[in-house]
Amino acid sequence: MQHGKYRFIVGFLIVPLAFYAIFVIWPFIQSIYYSFTNWTGLSPQFSVTGLDNYRRMMNDPTFWASFRHSVIYVLVLPVVVLAIALFLSFMLNVGGRRKKGAAVAGVQGSSFYKIVYFFPQVLSIAIVALLFQFLYNPDSGALNAFLDAIGLGGVQPEWLGDPGLALWCVMAVLMWSQVGFFVVLFSAGMASIPKDFYEAALLDGASRATTFFRITLPLLWDTVQSGWVYMGVLSLGAESFAVTQIMTVGPGGPADSTNVLSLYVYQKAFHSGQAGYATAIGVALLLVTLVFAAGVLRMGRRERLEF
Amino acid sequence: MSTDTSPQPAETVPPRVPAAKNGPGREHGEKKTGGVLNVFSHGVLVIWAILVVMPLLWAVMTSFKDDKSIFTSPWSFPSHLHFENWSRAWSQAHMSDYFLNTIIVVAFSLFGTLLLGSMAAYVLARFEFPGNRFIYFLFIGGMSFPIILALVPLFYVMQNLSLLNTIPGLIIVYIAYSLPFTVFFLTSFFKTLPTSVAEAAIIDGASHTRTFFQVMLPMAKPGLISVGIFNFLGQWNQYLLPTVLNTDPNHKVLSQGLVALATSQGYKGDWSGLFAGLVMAMLPVLAAYIIFQRQVVAGLTAGALK
Repeated sequence: MQHGKYRFIVGFLIVPLAFYAIFVIWPFIQSIYYSFTNWTGLSPQFSVTGLDNYRRMMNDPTFWASFRHSVIYVLVLPVVVLAIALFLSFMLNVGGRRKKGAAVAGVQGSSFYKIVYFFPQVLSIAIVALLFQFLYNPDSGALNAFLDAIGLGGVQPEWLGDPGLALWCVMAVLMWSQVGFFVVLFSAGMASIPKDFYEAALLDGASRATTFFRITLPLLWDTVQSGWVYMGVLSLGAESFAVTQIMTVGPGGPADSTNVLSLYVYQKAFHSGQAGYATAIGVALLLVTLVFAAGVLRMGRRERLEF
Repeated sequence: MSTDTSPQPAETVPPRVPAAKNGPGREHGEKKTGGVLNVFSHGVLVIWAILVVMPLLWAVMTSFKDDKSIFTSPWSFPSHLHFENWSRAWSQAHMSDYFLNTIIVVAFSLFGTLLLGSMAAYVLARFEFPGNRFIYFLFIGGMSFPIILALVPLFYVMQNLSLLNTIPGLIIVYIAYSLPFTVFFLTSFFKTLPTSVAEAAIIDGASHTRTFFQVMLPMAKPGLISVGIFNFLGQWNQYLLPTVLNTDPNHKVLSQGLVALATSQGYKGDWSGLFAGLVMAMLPVLAAYIIFQRQVVAGLTAGALK
C-alpha cells in the first residue's frame, strides 16, 4: 500500500496547487504588499510609502461614500433577502389546506412555485442588470409605463437617475435575483422538520407565527446562518460590482450615490492608474467582509446557547 | 439536529390550558384559519411568481418589437413578430461569436476544474500526510475572500505570463477560481465513499493513479455532476473575471459581450437587436434548467446544505 504513495500524492496535488497558488494565493499576498506602495500599475517602478494610501483613503469622500454603501448592502440585503425567502418558504410548506389529520401541509403546486422562483438564479447577473436597466428607464421604461397605466401617471420617479433612490433600485435587483435560491434552500430544510413538532405545538394552542419562530427558525438556524454569510460575501463582492457597474450612470453615480467598494477598487486600479491605492481600498473591503462574517458567526453561538 | 431539540415545542408554548378546554370547537376554528391561511399564502406566492416572471416575459415580448414601439408603448404586444431582430443580433451584433467564445472557455475550464478539483480532493480526502489540513484550508479559504482584491495584481501576473486577453488565460483563471468550492465539495464527497473497493483494486495490483481514474471517479459520478452543474452555471454566467482580464473585443464572452452590445447598440439606437441578444442569451440556460430542473437545484444547493 505504501509503495509510491508520496509520489502519487505529490503528482496529484502539484498541478491544482500550482494553479491555485499562482493565480489566487500569490495575487492576494501581493495585493496586501502593494497597498503600502505608490504603484501605478502602469510602470514597473514604485516605492514603499508606508501608510500613505490609508491616510489618503481617510480623506477621500468617494471612498467613504462607497464604504457607506457597501456597509448598507451587507447589513440590509442579506436580512431582507433571507426574511422574504423564509416567509415564502414557510408559506410553501405550511400554508396548505390540511388533509387527513396532518397538522401542516404544503400548498398545492409548491414545486411549480419553486421552479419559477429559481429562474433568476440560473441567469447571468449581467443579463439581469441590463434587463432591469430598461425596466427602470424613466422615459417610457416598463416600470413608469406601468405606473402610468394603473393611474399613477403623476408618480414618475427617475429611478436610477435619482441620487436618493438609485442605491435602493440597484439593491432591489440583487434581491430579485437571490430570493428564489434561498426559498428552494429553506424549503428543503423545512421539509425535513418532522410534522409532529408542528402538531404538538398546534395542539398546545400555538399560533402559526409562534410555530415559525419557535420551531422552524431554530431548527433551520444553521442553514440560515451559512446563507447569511454567503449572501453577505455576495453583496460585497462580484455581484454588487456587476449590478453597479452595468446599471448606474458613471458608473457609481449619480454623484457617487451608488458606488460600492468592489467597483471603486476596479475604477482606481484599471481606469485611474492607481493600483497601489486600489489595493488599499481592497484591504478595507476585505476587513468589512471579515468583520461581517465574524459577526454573523458569533450571533450563531449566542442563539445556540438558548437551547 | 432533531434529537437535540425535540423537547423544544412543548417547552416553549405556554398557553396549554385554553387549548385543552375547547376540544371540538377548536378543531372547527383551526380549519377556518387553515383556509384563510391557504388563500393568503397562495396570494403571496402568486405575487412573487409574477414579480419573477414578468420582467422575463417582457424581455421576450420586447425582443420581437420594432425600436419605435419599444419606447412608445413598452407594455403592448408587438404588432407583428420582428424575427429580423434575432438574425441581426446573431450575425451583425456578434452574438454568434460571443456564444462560441463562451462555449470554448466553459468547455475547457469545466473539464479542467473537475479534473484538477477531483484529483486534489481525492488526495486530501483519502491520504494522510503532513500538511494535508493546511492545504485543505488553503483551498477552502478562497471561498470567502473578495476576489476583486486579488484581481489587481493578477492582471499584471497575467500580463507577465502573456496570458492577458487570451482565451487560454481566461480558462486557467476560471479553473483557479473554481477550485476552492470544487475541492471543498468533492473532499467531503470522497470521504463518504466506501474505502473497500479502492483497497481491493490496490491489492489486485492497480496503481494509485489507475485506481483513481477507473474505480474512484466512476463511483464519484453523482458528486461530479452536482459540482459540475454548479461550476457550469458559475463559469457560463461569469462577469467579473472576463471584465478585468479579457478586454480584447474578439475574445469577449457572452455576459460581457452583452454589456458591450448595450453600449454600442445604444449609440446606434438598435434596442430591439439588443433585446433579441439578451433573450437569446437567456433562453438556452432557462431551457436547460427546466429540463434538468432536479439536478440543477441539487447541484446549486448542495454546497449550502452541508
